Amino acid sequence: MSGGVVAPVRRPLIEGHKTYHQITEDLCSPTEKAPSKAWIIAFIISVSVLAFGLFCIFWTIWMGIGTWGSNRTIGWAYDITNFVWWIGIGHAGTLISAILLLFRQRWRTGVNRAAEAMTIFAVICAALFPAIHVGRIWVVFYFFPYPNTRGSIWPNFNSPLLWDVFAISTYFSVSLLFWYTGLVPDFASIRNRASGLRKKIYNSLSFGWTGSAKHWQRWESLSLVLAGLSTPLVLSVHTIVSFDFATSVIPGWHTTIFPPYFVAGAIFSGFAMVQTLMVMTRKILKLQEYITIEHIESMNKVILVTGTIVGVAYLTELFIAWYSGYVYEQFAFFNRATGIYWWSYFGMMTCNVISPQIFWVKKLRRSVFVTFFMSIFVNIGMWFERFVIIATTLARDYLPSSWSYYRPTWVEIGIFIGTIGLFFTFYMIFTRVAPVVAIAEIKHILKVGGDQYIGENATHKNQHDTHSLSSTNHH
Amino acid sequence: MRKYNVDVVYGIYDDEEKLLHAVRQAKSKHLEIFDVYSPFPVHGMDNALGLSESRLHIAGFVYGAIGTLVAFLGMTWIFTRDWPIIFGGKPYWAVPSFIPITFELTVLFSAWGMTLTFYTICGLWPGVENPQLDLRTTDDKFCLAFNTKDVSISDANSFFSESGAEEVNTKSI
Repeated sequence: MSGGVVAPVRRPLIEGHKTYHQITEDLCSPTEKAPSKAWIIAFIISVSVLAFGLFCIFWTIWMGIGTWGSNRTIGWAYDITNFVWWIGIGHAGTLISAILLLFRQRWRTGVNRAAEAMTIFAVICAALFPAIHVGRIWVVFYFFPYPNTRGSIWPNFNSPLLWDVFAISTYFSVSLLFWYTGLVPDFASIRNRASGLRKKIYNSLSFGWTGSAKHWQRWESLSLVLAGLSTPLVLSVHTIVSFDFATSVIPGWHTTIFPPYFVAGAIFSGFAMVQTLMVMTRKILKLQEYITIEHIESMNKVILVTGTIVGVAYLTELFIAWYSGYVYEQFAFFNRATGIYWWSYFGMMTCNVISPQIFWVKKLRRSVFVTFFMSIFVNIGMWFERFVIIATTLARDYLPSSWSYYRPTWVEIGIFIGTIGLFFTFYMIFTRVAPVVAIAEIKHILKVGGDQYIGENATHKNQHDTHSLSSTNHH
Repeated sequence: MRKYNVDVVYGIYDDEEKLLHAVRQAKSKHLEIFDVYSPFPVHGMDNALGLSESRLHIAGFVYGAIGTLVAFLGMTWIFTRDWPIIFGGKPYWAVPSFIPITFELTVLFSAWGMTLTFYTICGLWPGVENPQLDLRTTDDKFCLAFNTKDVSISDANSFFSESGAEEVNTKSI
């Protein structure tokens, strides 16, 4: 993963002249200390919000889907918006852990662990929505093809909705394997510092890892192939989510631009959520030397690029709608921008297309404060994008007599806020039980990314040169 | 605790380059290495130890191929033999719309198969307690171990002092 020559223009990825031991100390200690007051307060808030969300889910199941604001015209609304939003957020984790691994981007090591955790929690939040949306959650296993006493009768394998079931369950389980395999050596690090019951628990979690050379070799081989598998997988997941819309015959939905446009949007929103989490995590857990301004700037560059791709996609859609000469398509887009939901279109355009452009300015790209606010903006913007696509399009269908308006009820808002509570509850538990930054991987890049080896404050320049020489000889 | 019934003599190094150097030295002196432990994968260690390339990715391919066949043949059987239904005027055997699920199951089988194989062949599993020579090898120390049957303790001692080991210890595992 690491090794090789480092260009002199590269800035350090690990600050503070860390030794290997210091890295273990810094990254294991958050799991060993009693939680801080800020953590406890935040955790209580998250769990309370989650509890309200669970109540709203219970209410929906008990009373029925009638408690939602969806109606006969707008059959898909808030829940599917939230589903697509969460799934999109998950994509950044896989992008960081898999695609950046294949591209040998060393800065990924500072953020990959937390980003993958985010993926897993975001997919859990997303998967809740289709499960509740079916109405009769107790027969939700009908989603899956299994030999049954009804014939056997099977689900429709030609349907994008079923493709979604397969895509999301595969995505979730493969992400979990990838994340956990990365965690195993780090759990062993924690185990070897612990005693008593804690040692037993962490030994179980680490599967008895010892760090033998052959195990590391296989571990690296496994990580690389899992990254290779996850890369097309993550692209397929949002492609298939976009097929839910693109294979329909609704003007504004059946466009061929959807798959790439959805994937770019997913990465865009996912990186924004990673920024939101990282800015808070590095501050609360005092990890500024591992998640540096360098990392934040790199991610802001990704946000700028994907935000611009999304912007181009919006404009392309508008152009193609006009150019197609098809009145229904033209109306759908005219309605999006100027119709009853003009405000959500306005929110989408402002937050997603215009606001990320401030990241052309280096100073703003490297500002933690600006990054935090931008990340929230982008998340709001991407939520509006999904709302625009789903609710706005359905509200004005072919028959003006059935035109309708949708507004969410308190139950729907409660469920959405509840998933945010669920997400943060899981994330906060994660910061207490596992190292938020991948210990082994950080040690692996120390000699090519530590500030004692590269950058202005380097004190070990010579050693580093011999290191890079010896590893290049090796290739 | 798993037992190997082996007496080992091992040296502790404080840097991966020293370890790599020691491994190359041991190889050139034809001392048979029992194992090497490090807190992170050391670049070039596979070559230095002469480890053969891992065949995990071949297993991954085979599992993936099984996934492809299960998905594609499964859907084919279901929609042409078991319960043929026409959906949206498509033929029973609608190959293009089988592709997404075929792809997903290929990835699913490959990833799960490879990961389970990895843990099984490494002897790693929840509840397994593998013997460890030194607890600091998951922190900042690097360990090179010889089986005392292959390398005598005195030979090992002189090798370790030559190659710059910080400490030398023996252990039965």
